Amino acid sequence: MGKATDKELIVNGRRLDGREPYHMREIKMSVDEISSANGSAKVSFGKTTAYASVHGPRSLFPKFLQESDTGILRCRYNMAPFSVDDRKSPGPDRRSVEISKVIRRAFEPVLFLEDYPKSTVDSFIEIVEADGSTRVTGINALSMALASAGIPMKDLVAACSVGKISDTLIVDLNGVEDNNSESDVGVAMMPQKDIVTLLQMDGILTKEELVMLLNLARESCKKIYQIQKQTLMEKYRGAE
Amino acid sequence: MMERYALELIEHGKRVDKRKFDQFRDIEIKTGVISKAEGSAYVRIGKTQVIAGVKIGVGTPFSDSPNNGVLIVNTEFTPMASPEFESGPPGENAVELARIVDRGIRESKSLETEKLVIVPGEKVWTVFVDIHIIDHQGNLIDAAALAAINALITAKLPKLEEGKVVAGEHGDKLPVAHKPVTVTVCKVGDNLFVDPAIEEESVVESKVSIAVMEDGKICAIQKQGASGIAFNDLEAIVDLAIKKAGDLRKLM
Amino acid sequence: MKAREVVLPGDMLDERKGRKLGNGVYEEDGKVFSKLLGIPRISENELAVIPMYGTYLPKMGDRVVAVIESVEISGWFVDINSAYTAFLPVSEGVEEFVDMQRSDLTRFFDVGDIIYCRLSRVTKQKTVQASMRDFESRKLRNGIIIKVTPTRVPRIIGKEGSMISMIKASTKCDIIVGQNGVIWIRGDTKDKAIEAIITIEKESHTMGLTEKIEKMLGEVNGQGD
Repeated sequence: MGKATDKELIVNGRRLDGREPYHMREIKMSVDEISSANGSAKVSFGKTTAYASVHGPRSLFPKFLQESDTGILRCRYNMAPFSVDDRKSPGPDRRSVEISKVIRRAFEPVLFLEDYPKSTVDSFIEIVEADGSTRVTGINALSMALASAGIPMKDLVAACSVGKISDTLIVDLNGVEDNNSESDVGVAMMPQKDIVTLLQMDGILTKEELVMLLNLARESCKKIYQIQKQTLMEKYRGAE
Repeated sequence: MMERYALELIEHGKRVDKRKFDQFRDIEIKTGVISKAEGSAYVRIGKTQVIAGVKIGVGTPFSDSPNNGVLIVNTEFTPMASPEFESGPPGENAVELARIVDRGIRESKSLETEKLVIVPGEKVWTVFVDIHIIDHQGNLIDAAALAAINALITAKLPKLEEGKVVAGEHGDKLPVAHKPVTVTVCKVGDNLFVDPAIEEESVVESKVSIAVMEDGKICAIQKQGASGIAFNDLEAIVDLAIKKAGDLRKLM
Repeated sequence: MKAREVVLPGDMLDERKGRKLGNGVYEEDGKVFSKLLGIPRISENELAVIPMYGTYLPKMGDRVVAVIESVEISGWFVDINSAYTAFLPVSEGVEEFVDMQRSDLTRFFDVGDIIYCRLSRVTKQKTVQASMRDFESRKLRNGIIIKVTPTRVPRIIGKEGSMISMIKASTKCDIIVGQNGVIWIRGDTKDKAIEAIITIEKESHTMGLTEKIEKMLGEVNGQGD
C-alpha cells in the first residue's frame, strides 16, 4: 500500500514534519459526532482521522449467534475509498478483516458484556483520512464512543503506535514513516490498569529496543488517555 | 469436555500430555513433499499437520515497488481439518493466520524480492505460499510459519526461456536470506506455556505470536485472545519466545 | 450553573469497606471502580454510579410504556425499547377467562397498541415477562409516545415526582413516564410538555434545572397559552 521514499526521515534529530522523536502529532478528539448512534466519537492524529460509532446493546439476529450468558461485541474497521493516495476499492479486504478482529480483541477484555446476555454491541470504525497509525486512532475513538454509549467498561482504552527509523525510536508514526520504518509497533492498553489489549509489531528489533518502545508506548497511551478523559469530561460535565 | 480438565491441570502447573510448560510436542519437518510445487514442506507438531506449498509464476510488480518480486501468503482451513472449520471464503481466523505468517517472512526480509525481477517495472516473479491445514490439533500458527519458511528455503525458481516458464524445469534456488521462526506463547492465569494442544488452546486467555530471527532479533508480534496482558508480563513472554525459537531452528 | 461531578469507566470511587455494590460499579482487590460514564453516588451503605447514557436494561418491577409488537397464540410480544423483548401472557394481560383455542387475541391488544405495564419477571438471561394485573397498568389510548435517554428518567420524574407533577399541572396533559425511557403524552398543549421534557433530557446533568423548567413553563402560562 505504502510508498517508499528516498528522503532522510530524520534530520538533526527532527522528523520530516518537524517533530521530535517522542512527540505525537496534533491530537483532536470529540464525542457525539453521529446522532443515530448510541455513542460516537471522532479522533484525529495529524491528518489521520477516524470516526467510531456504537449501536446497542441491541437484539442479535439470527438467533443462533446469541450467547445465553453474555452479550457479544462485533467490530468493523473500514477505510473510505478516498482516504488514501490511490483509491481503495470499497469493502472488506484481508487487512481490514484482520484489523477488525484485533480491534475487537482489544475491547473484549475491557467490556462487561456479561451484563447484556443474548445481545450484541455493534461497533464501527471508519477511517476517512489515512496518514499512518489508523488502527490505533480508530481504537482511541471507539473507546470514547463506547463510554459515551453507556457500555459498562473496566477502563477506557488508549492506543498509539511507536517504531524505529534510522536507529531512532519514535512515537506516533505518520504515513511516510509507517511505510519506511525499520519497524513499527501498535499498542492498546487499559491505561489505569496497565494491561495491554492489543500488541502488533512488524519490522526488525532487538529485544532491548522492543522493551524501550513498549515503555514509550505506555507513556504515550497515558498522555492520550488524559486527552480522552478531558474530552469526555468537558462534554458531559456541562457548563461551569 | 476435556477443556475443563486441561484448565485445571494448567492451574496446577501440569499439562494434558504431561509436557513441561516450555516444551513443544514432537516435531517432524519434511521438505519437497509436493513435486508439482516449486517448494513445499510438511510439518507435524504432535497431531497438528500442515502442508505449505510454494508456487512461483511470472507476474507484474506492484506499482509502488516496481523493482521487487511479489510475495503472497494464503491459508485454507479445510473442513476436514476440524469440525469447527466450514467451507467458503476464508474467515477471520484464517485471514489472521495468513497475515501473521506473511509478516514473519516479509518483515524479516527473508525473501529477497529485489532479486526476483525479470524485466524491471514490468515482469517479476510472484511467489505464492499456500498453507493447507490438514489436521488442527492446536498451535496452527507455529506449525504454519514453520512449514512456510521450510517450503521457501527449499524452493527453486522455474526455468525461463525467452520470457516464458518452461513447465516442470527449475533453475536457481529461490533467494531466501533468513529463517525466521514463530513461537506463540500462551497465558492462563500467571502461567506461560508454548505449543498448546487443542484442549489447552480453548482455555488460553491470551497469546502472543512472536517471529524471531537467527540472531535473536524480533521481526513480528501479534497479540491474540480475549484477555489483556499485564504490561509487566510482556518481557517474560518475549524471552520465552526467543528461547524456544532457538530450539525450533535446530530442527530445520 | 454549577457542574456535577462526573466519573469515567475505570475511575476509583473508594475502598469498599463492606458496603453494597450498586449499579454501575465493580470491585477489584477491595477497591470499587466505576463501570460507566456517570455521576457517582457514594453513601455509608452503598457505592453506585448513575449512568448518563445507555440503552434500557429491563429490571424486575419496572413500570414501562410498551408497544405491542406481535400477537401470538398465548399472549403478546411487546417492545420495551430494549435489546430484549418482553412477553405478556394472556393470563397476565387480561382479567377475564380467555379460551385461547377459539379467541383472536387482537380483540384485547393489537399490533401497535400502546400499554403501560409492569415487568413481573426478568431472568438472569434476560427473558422478560410483562404483566398488567395491577391497578396502574392499562392500555393507553389516543396519545403519542416519545423516547428519551432512559438514564434521564429519574430527572424527568424529579424528587418524589415533583418535576413531572409540575409539567402535568402547567400543561394540563396526561403524561406517563416509563422507566424504559418511553413517555406517553395526551393533551392539547402536548408540544409544551414535550419541549420541557426534552430540555430536561438535554440538561439533566446541570444544577438549577427545576428553576429553569419552572420558568419555561411559567412563560408558557404567562403567554395565556
